[in-house]
Amino acid sequence: MNRVAARWPLLALAAAPLGWLLPEFYLAELSHVLVLAIAALGLTVLTGWTGQVSLGQSAFVAIGGYGHALLLAAGCPFVPALLLAAVLAALAGVAVGLPAIRISGLHLAMVTMACAIVVEHLAGRWSTVTGGHAGLPVAQVQVFGQSLARTTVFYSACVTVLALAWALLAGLLRGATGRAWRALRDAEPAARMAGVPVARYKVAAFALSAALCGLAGALMAHQLRHLTPDAFGLALAIQLLVVVFVGGLGSLGGALLGAALVGLLPQAIAELKPLLPRTLALRTGLEAFVHGAILVFFVLVEPRGLVGLRARWSARPARRRVYARTERGA
Amino acid sequence: MAQVFQLILQGISVGAIYALVALGLVLGYKATETLNFAHGDLVMLGAFLGWWLVVPQAWPFWWALVAVVALVALLAYGLEVQLMRRVIGQPRHVAVLLTIGLGHMLRGATSMAFGPESRMLEAPWQARALRVGGAVVAEAHGVILSAALLVTLALAALLRWSAAGRAMLASAQNQLAARLCGAPVPRLNALAWGLSGAIAALCGMLLAPITLVDASLWLVLVKGFAALVLGGFGSMPGAIAGGLLLGLCEQFAGVYLPDGSRELLPYLLLIGVLVVFPHGLLGETHGRRL
Repeated sequence: MNRVAARWPLLALAAAPLGWLLPEFYLAELSHVLVLAIAALGLTVLTGWTGQVSLGQSAFVAIGGYGHALLLAAGCPFVPALLLAAVLAALAGVAVGLPAIRISGLHLAMVTMACAIVVEHLAGRWSTVTGGHAGLPVAQVQVFGQSLARTTVFYSACVTVLALAWALLAGLLRGATGRAWRALRDAEPAARMAGVPVARYKVAAFALSAALCGLAGALMAHQLRHLTPDAFGLALAIQLLVVVFVGGLGSLGGALLGAALVGLLPQAIAELKPLLPRTLALRTGLEAFVHGAILVFFVLVEPRGLVGLRARWSARPARRRVYARTERGA
Repeated sequence: MAQVFQLILQGISVGAIYALVALGLVLGYKATETLNFAHGDLVMLGAFLGWWLVVPQAWPFWWALVAVVALVALLAYGLEVQLMRRVIGQPRHVAVLLTIGLGHMLRGATSMAFGPESRMLEAPWQARALRVGGAVVAEAHGVILSAALLVTLALAALLRWSAAGRAMLASAQNQLAARLCGAPVPRLNALAWGLSGAIAALCGMLLAPITLVDASLWLVLVKGFAALVLGGFGSMPGAIAGGLLLGLCEQFAGVYLPDGSRELLPYLLLIGVLVVFPHGLLGETHGRRL
C-alpha cells in the first residue's frame, strides 16, 4: 500500500510534461479525465471507504463550480477562489452529511439523488445569482502569470490539484482516519464499540468528499467556460458513481482508471462510429447504451472493477489490500 | 370551493400514476430487496412501444395496450431471471448499479430504435371532459384513476386469494422460511418483477396521452420514490397512499405556494420524510431492513 500510494503521485508528476508534447485536442480530453478523476476521488472517500452510496455528488460539483465562477467574477484570484469553492462545497457536504447520519443504504442513495435534483433546479431558478438556464460566463484568469485559457496551463493545474488530492487521500487512508472509515463501513456497531465516533467520521467523510467534488467543479467551470444547470444534473452524479465502480470501488488507482475509461468513452465512440453500420452509427442513444452495457458488464463479470481485472490478469498473486472491502456472505 | 374540489380530483388522478409507479417499485423491492432504478425506463419503454404500435403500425389503442403490457412484463421477467438473481447476496450497491446500468441500456436502445424526438400519442379518451359535481375533469384523469383502482384491486385479490399470491406474500416476509415451506421463491421473484414490469408499461400508456412520449419520461421514477417513501418503504398500501398524497400536495403547491415550489416539492418531501420520519405513513414496523 505504501509503495502504491507513493508511486502514483510520482506518475502524475511524470505525466505533467505530456502537456507540452500532446496535441491540444488530446490534452483537453486528458484534462477532462483528470477533472473527472478528482471528483471520483471524492466519491471514493464516501462510497468506497465509508460505504455511503451517494447519487448526489453532482450537487457538490455544482456548488464548487458556481461558487468558483462567482468568486472569480467578484475579483478573487484563482487559487483562493479554488480553495474557497472547496470550502463552500464542504459546508454543503456537512449540511447533507449531518442528517445523513441517520440514514444509510438505499435511503441515503435516494436522499442524495433528490439533493442533486434540487440543486439543479435551484441553479436554474435562482437566476439573479446563477444566470439561470441562460448560463453564467466564467472569467478567464491568470495563474502565476499564465492564462488559464491555454490548454497546457489548464492541464498543469488539473495535474497539480489531482496530485495534491491524491497525496492527501493516500495519507489519510494510511492513518487513523482511514482505519476508522473502513471500520465503520465494514461493521458499524463494532466500530462504535471500539470507540470510533461514528457520526463525526461520517460527516467528515461527507465534507471531504464534497470538498474534492467542489474542486473538480471549480476546474470544470474553466473547461465549460459557460455554466448551465444541466451540466451538473443527475447524469453527472450517476456518471461519477459509474466511474468509481468501474474503476474499482475504494481504490485510488481505480478512480483514475475509471475516469479514463468513462471520460474517454464519448470520444472513443465518436472515433469508432465510421466503422459501424450507418443505420446504427447515426442514431443517438448509442452512448447511453454503451455506458449502461459497460456498467452491467462490470457488475456481472468483475465487481472489483478495472483494478480487479488487472489483478486477475497479472500473474502474481494479488497483494493484500487493506482498503479492499471485506467479503461478506449472503 | 369548486377550485378546491377540482384540485383534489386532479391531485388524486395525477397521484394515481405516482401510486402505480410506487406500487411497481414495491413489488420489485419485495422480491429482490433492491430498488429498481430501471423502473422509470420501463415506463418510458412502454410509452414508446405504445406509440409505435398505435401510430406507425395503426393498431387499435386497446390492442396496443395489451401487447405493450405483455411485452414489457416479459422483459422485466427475463431481466430478473437472467440478471438480477445473479447479484443477490452481494453488497446492496451492486444491485442498484446493475439496475442503473440496465436503465441506461434501455434508454439508449429506445432512443436508438425510435429516435430521440418527442411525439404525441392520442388515446380514445383524449380531449373530452367530465363533469363531477361542480368541477370539470379531463376524462384522461378519470381513466387513470379507474385504471389505478382496477390494478390495485386485481393485485390485492391476487395476493389474497391465489396460491401464488399468498406464496409471494410469504416470501416477501421471509424468503428462507417460504422456501422451506415449499414455495418456489426464485420463480415468485421473477413473477413479481414481471408484474412490476406490467404495471410500469401500463403507467407508460396512461402517461403518454397526457404528457409527451419522450426519453425524459423515466424521471417519473423519482416521483415514484417520493411516493414510496412518503407512504412507508416496503408497504403496498403505503405506496398507494403516498402516491395519492404526493399528487394532492403537488396540485395544491402549484396554486398556493410560490412559483417553482411545485417542481421541487416531491424531492423536498423525499428528503424531509426520510430524514425526519423514515417509516413514512404505513411503513414496516419490524425494524429497518437496510
